[in-house]
Amino acid sequence: MNGGILVLAEQLKGEPTGVAFEMLGVGRTIADELGVQLEAVVIGGEGDEIASGLGAADKVLKVDMGDDQMPVSDTVVSILDQVSDKRSPALILIGCTNVSQGIGTRLAERRGLAHLNFCTKVNIEDGRPVFTSQLFGGKIFADATLPEDKGVVSIYPGAFPAEAGKSEKTPEVEKIDVEVPESPVVFKRFIEPEIGDVDITGYDVLVSVGRGIQNPDNIELAEELAAAMGGAVSASRPVIDQGWLPLTRQVGKSGMNVKPKLYLALGISGAPEHQEGMKNASMIVAVNTDDKAPIFDISHYGTTIDLFDLVEVLKDKLEEAKGT
Amino acid sequence: MNIIVLMKMVPDVVEPLEIAEDGKNLDKEAIRMMASESSEHALEQALILKDSVGAEVTVAAIEAPELDDALFSASAKGAVRVIKITPEQDGLRADISASVLKEFIKQECGSPGSDTLIFTGSQAIDDLQGELGPTLAEQLGLPFIGVVTSIKPVEGEEGKVTAIKEYSGGLRGEYEVALPAVVGIQAAEQPSRYVPFAKIRAAMKSGSIESTEITPEVEGRGVEIARMYVPEVTGRAEMIEGDPETVAARLIEIFKQNGILG
Ligand SMILES: Cc1cc2nc3c(=O)[nH]c(=O)nc-3n(C[C@H](O)[C@H](O)[C@H](O)COP(=O)(O)OP(=O)(O)OC[C@H]3O[C@@H](n4cnc5c(N)ncnc54)[C@H](O)[C@@H]3O)c2cc1C
Ligand SMILES: Nc1ncnc2c1ncn2[C@@H]1O[C@H](COP(=O)(O)O)[C@@H](O)[C@H]1O
Repeated sequence: MNGGILVLAEQLKGEPTGVAFEMLGVGRTIADELGVQLEAVVIGGEGDEIASGLGAADKVLKVDMGDDQMPVSDTVVSILDQVSDKRSPALILIGCTNVSQGIGTRLAERRGLAHLNFCTKVNIEDGRPVFTSQLFGGKIFADATLPEDKGVVSIYPGAFPAEAGKSEKTPEVEKIDVEVPESPVVFKRFIEPEIGDVDITGYDVLVSVGRGIQNPDNIELAEELAAAMGGAVSASRPVIDQGWLPLTRQVGKSGMNVKPKLYLALGISGAPEHQEGMKNASMIVAVNTDDKAPIFDISHYGTTIDLFDLVEVLKDKLEEAKGT
Repeated sequence: MNIIVLMKMVPDVVEPLEIAEDGKNLDKEAIRMMASESSEHALEQALILKDSVGAEVTVAAIEAPELDDALFSASAKGAVRVIKITPEQDGLRADISASVLKEFIKQECGSPGSDTLIFTGSQAIDDLQGELGPTLAEQLGLPFIGVVTSIKPVEGEEGKVTAIKEYSGGLRGEYEVALPAVVGIQAAEQPSRYVPFAKIRAAMKSGSIESTEITPEVEGRGVEIARMYVPEVTGRAEMIEGDPETVAARLIEIFKQNGILG
């Protein structure tokens, strides 16, 4: 590979996000194997606090932003483009997250580079990085290389160990001067999640429903089952988007991150965006009629029984068991 | 307001997906196409604006299998114009699709004015390379904001909208966007409206799909796909077989063993 690796140290509300460390970890591995430099870019942020925590990088490039709380994606593209002019990296790693959405592809377009999405694995083969991406809701994988090993890669959050990107070392920090352009998109404020309803992050048992629940009337079935187990009902995105349950119940990329003792997934396929919010549950049990559903890959127990055949029976048996 | 909604057809993943003989693509014979979910949300959000503040909604898409059905449905829902861009392209990359759609937008509006919004879906399930919205924004020199779940005009200020964008953990951000702009819609403020089949049939009868031809400019900077494959099941889940009674009994046993039920 002809050039180093540049990682955008993603932040949200002044804190580096998990994917920032995941990217530093995987970036470190590639850099060490191929004998190239790993650099992290930090945009804005209070003092040098964030920069000093990025010791896995050989160098941290710091760009000051004044008091802008949340630089918009177009601005970040412009900054990364200028930083890339100065550093000529071969590989630029960006988080495949809602926060960074649009940055990687726009930067690639501006610099005439290839862009690869949804990367969940990197192997070095014959001195070249080979990237594996998850497509079609996690049902298909693709292995690909970049032309001349140059390009922008969006790294899927939760796919790489964050620990590998954490280091006690104090990195060398260099301040980089760039022109920060005015954008027609202006950040106004954060809107905090409303937890007026039920806080699904506080339950030991979650009965979680997906599109397989079919219609709003069937939510009741899940409510009854959850009640029998002392748990709450959560859901995948389509259920929320249909307005069948409030936003506070959504698990996944945009929704909540939950770690219950039991996550019982009813009619959920297990798309990467859903897995992001629940794969660290202590026990995952999946009920899905499709034996190839990706949810089974991260579940401890599974069954391909129709959820409508199972739920009532399970509820009755649970109540019976409690009664005795 | 003038809203152009770009719509994409993607394979329906409810059907089993198979790999083509070359090992680098999906087997096209085995797939059923449907409008990408977030494109449907983009259309709905445009129609919500049409109903609330008045907007001309145009839907455009590059030719793909089963596209006509999606366009007739869009027309029945309230799009004033539905436009198909030919010829069909095989496995388009976002940068190439963007160059076609950029030409289309230039044909339609010359250079988009401060009453124009271009809506795309947030991210399709098949975009290995690039994302259309931000790439198109770059090619048109327009601002972009994605993962948006609400758009409203800013009161008293022409040519400005308020957009709500999702981050993670239920946290969202409010932004003000000066038009023209490209916006990636993740979910509309309301679920997609239902359209009775009679209306779709009426749209079909009126033959309302316009068509225009644009040939893409292809430049060579795509990724090199070595192989595409159905991932091997890692077999982590212990599968429980049997009738509902048996499965339920076994699940309760497992819950008890793991201290989940008191
Ligand atoms: C930027 C972005 C952010 C996103 N954020 C989130 C997020 O926060 N949370 C989230 O969940 N998703 C999110 N998504 C969407 C995600 O990609 C998937 O579309 C979604 O998770 C799919 O939900 P599902 O599994 O309920 O539906 P589907 O994928 O349609 O799966 C339904 C499943 O139910 C099964 N089924 C059907 N009937 C039955 C039955 N009777 N019994 C048993 N099984 C049955 C089917 O076999 C199928 O596997 C996001 C997507 C994007 C692009
Ligand atoms: N060929 C296309 N024709 C029209 N719109 C498209 C096309 N490809 C992508 N889009 C739009 O861009 C969104 C995101 O797609 P993608 O960039 O492929 O993830 C889709 O939901 C569409 O709104």
